[in-house]
Parts: sequence; C-alpha cells; structure tokens
Amino acid sequence: MEFRGTGIGQGVAVGPVVRMAERLPEPVDRPSHLDPAREEERARASVSVVADDLQRKGAQAGGAAQDVLEAQAMMAEDPTLMDDVVKRLADGKTAERAVFEAFAAFRDLLSSMGGYMGERAADLDDVSQRVVAHLLKVPAPGVPNPGHRFVLVARDLAPADTALLDLTQVLGLVTIDGGPTSHTAILAREKSIVAIVGAADATALADGDTVIVDAENDLVVQGPDADAVAAAKERIAERAARAAAPITPGALADGTSVPLLANLGSADGAANAVELGAEGVGLFRTEFLFLDADRAPSVREQQEQYTRMLSAFPGRKVVVRVLDAGADKPLSFLNDAEEENPALGLRGIRALRHAEVILREQLTALAAADAATDADLWVMAPMIATVDETRYFTDLCRELGLKTAGVMVETPSAALIADRVLGVADFASIGTNDLTQYTMAADRLLGTVANLQDPWAPAVLRLVAEVGAAGGRLGKPVGICGEAAADPLLAVVLVGLGATTLSMSPSALADVRASLARYTREDAERIARAALAAEGAAEAKQAAKQAAESAPTPTGTTVP
Amino acid sequence: MVERTVRVGSSHGLHARPAKLFTQAAASSGASVTIAKAGGAPVNAASILAVIAQGIDHGDEVTVVVDGGDEQRVLDELVELLSTDHDE
Repeated sequence: MEFRGTGIGQGVAVGPVVRMAERLPEPVDRPSHLDPAREEERARASVSVVADDLQRKGAQAGGAAQDVLEAQAMMAEDPTLMDDVVKRLADGKTAERAVFEAFAAFRDLLSSMGGYMGERAADLDDVSQRVVAHLLKVPAPGVPNPGHRFVLVARDLAPADTALLDLTQVLGLVTIDGGPTSHTAILAREKSIVAIVGAADATALADGDTVIVDAENDLVVQGPDADAVAAAKERIAERAARAAAPITPGALADGTSVPLLANLGSADGAANAVELGAEGVGLFRTEFLFLDADRAPSVREQQEQYTRMLSAFPGRKVVVRVLDAGADKPLSFLNDAEEENPALGLRGIRALRHAEVILREQLTALAAADAATDADLWVMAPMIATVDETRYFTDLCRELGLKTAGVMVETPSAALIADRVLGVADFASIGTNDLTQYTMAADRLLGTVANLQDPWAPAVLRLVAEVGAAGGRLGKPVGICGEAAADPLLAVVLVGLGATTLSMSPSALADVRASLARYTREDAERIARAALAAEGAAEAKQAAKQAAESAPTPTGTTVP
Repeated sequence: MVERTVRVGSSHGLHARPAKLFTQAAASSGASVTIAKAGGAPVNAASILAVIAQGIDHGDEVTVVVDGGDEQRVLDELVELLSTDHDE
C-alpha cells in the first residue's frame, strides 16, 4: 500500500511504525459532587501546572518551538477561557468536563476559520488533553518510547511532542492531519526530520508495520518488498555520504566553477554557513537592522553590524542588499503610506530614492565596514525596473567609495532589458521569488494563487535566460538568490541558463553541491533547453528530469 | 483612555507567534487593553484565544484601546508590535 501526503525536505527513512498513544476519552458529563468553588480551584491548579510545564519545555527546546510552547502556555491560562470554564462549573459540571467543553468550543471556532487558524486548533486540543490528564491524575498523551528506533505515526503532533522528539530514536514521522504550514511541518523542517504530513490514509498503518517514508516523492510505502527497502537504504546512505562529503567549492562535472553562497538575514548565521561550506554570502538582507525601529539606525550602529558580518568571511565575496522596504514591509521613517497594491508600490529602490539620506547613510556605513575588513564587499539594490534607477544607484555607490555595485533582477522589466541594465551595473542577482510573483502576476502571500508561484514556470526561466545571456555577452556575473537555487535540479537548470553563482539557505548547500557535480556545462545547457521548451511549470520539471537522466555519468561520482 | 487604529504587519496575520507577542505585551502592561477588528466588538487583548479567534489577517485594520497605567507608552509599544512583520 502507498499513501500520499506532503513531504517535508528531501529525506528518506525506513523502519517499524509506532503509533502515538490515542487521545484520552472525553470526560463524562455528570453532575459534580463538589461545589463549583472547589472545582474552580482544581481547574485553576491544573491549568497553572500545565502552563508551567509547557513554559519549561519551551525553555528546553528553544528556537521556533519555544514560541509555540509559550503560546500554548498562555492558552492554558487564558482569561477568556477561564471565564467560560467558571460559567460551566456554575451549572454543576466537573472541572474535567468544563475544561474539556471550554477548550472544545474555542477549538471548533478556530477550525471553522480554516487555514492558519484552523491549524492552531491542534495546539489547543493538546493543551486541553494535558489539563484534563492532570485533573484525572493520568499521564498526558505524548511521544512513545518503545526502546528501539521507529517511524512515528500520529494524527498530528502537538508542538510539545515535536519539540521533544528524541532524534536518536525517531527515524521519521508521518501525520494523518496537518498541512505544509502545520507546526509539525515547520519544526520537522527546522530539525531536518524526515516527515510526511497530511497523509490521510495513513490511519491504516499499525504498530510494527515496516514503512518507507519518502519525503522527496511525498510517499509512504506500507510493507515494501525487499528491493524497495534496499533501494531506500541506498538513498539514505547516499544522502548521508553527501552531507558528510568533504566540502569542495561548487563546480560542474567538467570543472566549471559555480560558487555556492549563503543567504543570511543577520550576522548570527555566518559561522554555521561557513561550516556548511558557503563560499561567501550571495544575499545579506539588512532589514533586521531597521525593523522594530522607529528611526533608521545610526551610521555607527550599522557599521558595527556590517563589520561583524564581513569579518566572518575574510577574502570571500559578500553581497549586501540595501534596505528592501515598502508598504508591504512598512517602516514609519521610510514609507508608511497605505497603498492598494503594496507589492507594486513605493518599495525597494523607489522608496530609498524618496528618502535618499537613508540610502546614503547605509552605503557610507557599508563602505567604512568594507575598509575595516578583508571581505570582498558587493552591494546591490532591490526592485530595479529601469536603467535610470540602475545608474542612480551605481553612481551613488561609486561616489561613496563602494567598488562593486549591482542590481537585483526581480521585475520582468529588468530581465527584459538586462543587456542595458548590465551595461551600467557591475553584476545582477536574480531574486526568483519576486521575479516569479511579478512574472505570473500572482501575490506570493496569497494561498489561493500559490499554484502560480512556481519558479519552474517556463516564462520565469525564459527571463532568467535573458539575464544569463546578457551577463555572458558582457562578461558580468549573474547570481541567483531566491529559493529556486536550493532545488538541486532547478539549480542545474539555472546554471544552464547562464547563472554564474547560486545563493541559498545554508542547509541546502550539500544537496545542490552534489547535484551540480553530476553534470557538465553541456549537460546543464541541454537540461535547461528541455525545461525552457515545456508548456508549464510541472512539464518543465518533468522535462528537466528526463534530460538529466539521459546525461552520461561522469566518472568518479555516484548517481542516486 | 487612549486609542489608535493600525494595520497589521505580520504576513500571516495575528496567529501563533505574533498573537503571542502581542498578548504577552498586553498582559504585562499593567493596563486594561482591548483590541477590535474594524466593525467588530472589542476583546480582552490579554487573552490569546480571544485575539486569535478574531481571525485578524495581514493588512487588517484593528483598533487598540488602552486604559490605565502609562497608557500612551503602552499604546505606542502595542501599535509598533502590531505593525511589525513577525513572520519574516
């Protein structure tokens, strides 16, 4: 049997199923033999114990899990909820039943709202179960510990469970409910747990079944034959070998260099990026310095931050994007006007040009940090649509002493006149997320048009090709700094279209490095042509896969 | 009593993390705080469930009312929290 769900990441796992303990039975609705005040005391005591417990687990877990657990702790002690509990106690209910009903009422409300709010309903259910378990003096449902490694199958994991999963025991996890934005998915991604979420038919799995969890192909296989298990184990070993492989500079099979860079949002991630083999930074976002501020940070404050980050990359390239803000990411000192279409409004270079002093200060701080460190600093401007904007930015950079000034290509306009833009700019870096949004005219924050937000769309690839060709003719570097570069096969296509560097979140570096090493430049160009000629995004991906499979295997490398 | 209307900055609206940050700040402010969606009834801003149940999305306008304590400062802080994008 095979079950479909949504795979998180690229991993594979094989092992025996252990199902998560079933939920507590619903507390019986019978009159309490205690008076309401006494029941209220019991309820308050239990929610407070559960809240403290969740707080403590949050502190243990840290990271994104801590936020979720703290939110749950607040739900446990929520004043509106307690009002509702007290009202139900006044009717003579037991504390167990009143707590259960009050949580269930909120749960139903959240479920009926759907989307993000609906997925929070599971958090609330978990808190309810914990409080009721405490009132009944029984253990709270939680992650099982069978004493061997296992694949955990659960309806949906509560954040408290995911955060405390013992990774040495859990081979993978499968949830029956929950979507790609559920906490299970978010935390699985953060902790690199092989996971399939929302596999509705996985209710058929029983304790002890052997399963293959194939996140790359969105598939759970129940009772696989020996060949399938062997193939899965081979893929697991290959992936482990890739992660453990000595870190070499990014390159194609024929030796063509494709530097692999990191996307960073603050100086904190620099050490981790270097460890994972980042050869520099392809996108350093600077918004973190400006958000949560009601004025722009001083030149000195900025200079300190930039110096700290540049110091982590001596002798390496670091591409810094100047402040990217607009009505969709409002900053009171830059642009807080309300706009009908913020994505099409006064943002990026347009906003900075309106408030030139902010741009001047940022470039001044960057130039000073550059002078104080050995990194190779490049700066670029977001949201460029015209040659005039390009010239404005590069002139200002030169005036303030910055050596290398380029542009982000996020608008179809910049891509279509890339030859003229690159006549002025020193380099281009393609932001595939925004380029896709603007090419497909589909809001990237809107779930209802998410199907259009696919960088495999041939129209997007064609614009990338336009920029790649212009860069090639003029001898100017063309980087990619969107999520597209983190997809191992799409990365090959992008290089085939003329990208000279790829920048991604550091966790994707190993897979992309291994993928590039399998193809020559000629292969990459052929694979790219196949994708470009396709009708749509799905067809382009399929065509690229087929073209890639027919590529001869270079000696000395393994093919998964 | 002071009040202000603000547009919510978080890309996914006031769900888990942004709602938690806002509710924590409201609960620890020492003032009585309510939040209301345009056209809706005000709810206790210190109640994370009441806040989440409003279903406040990115770009929605909400009105915050602060009563008691250092109300102007509390209002400034809460408005700033609401207009920041915590999902970035």
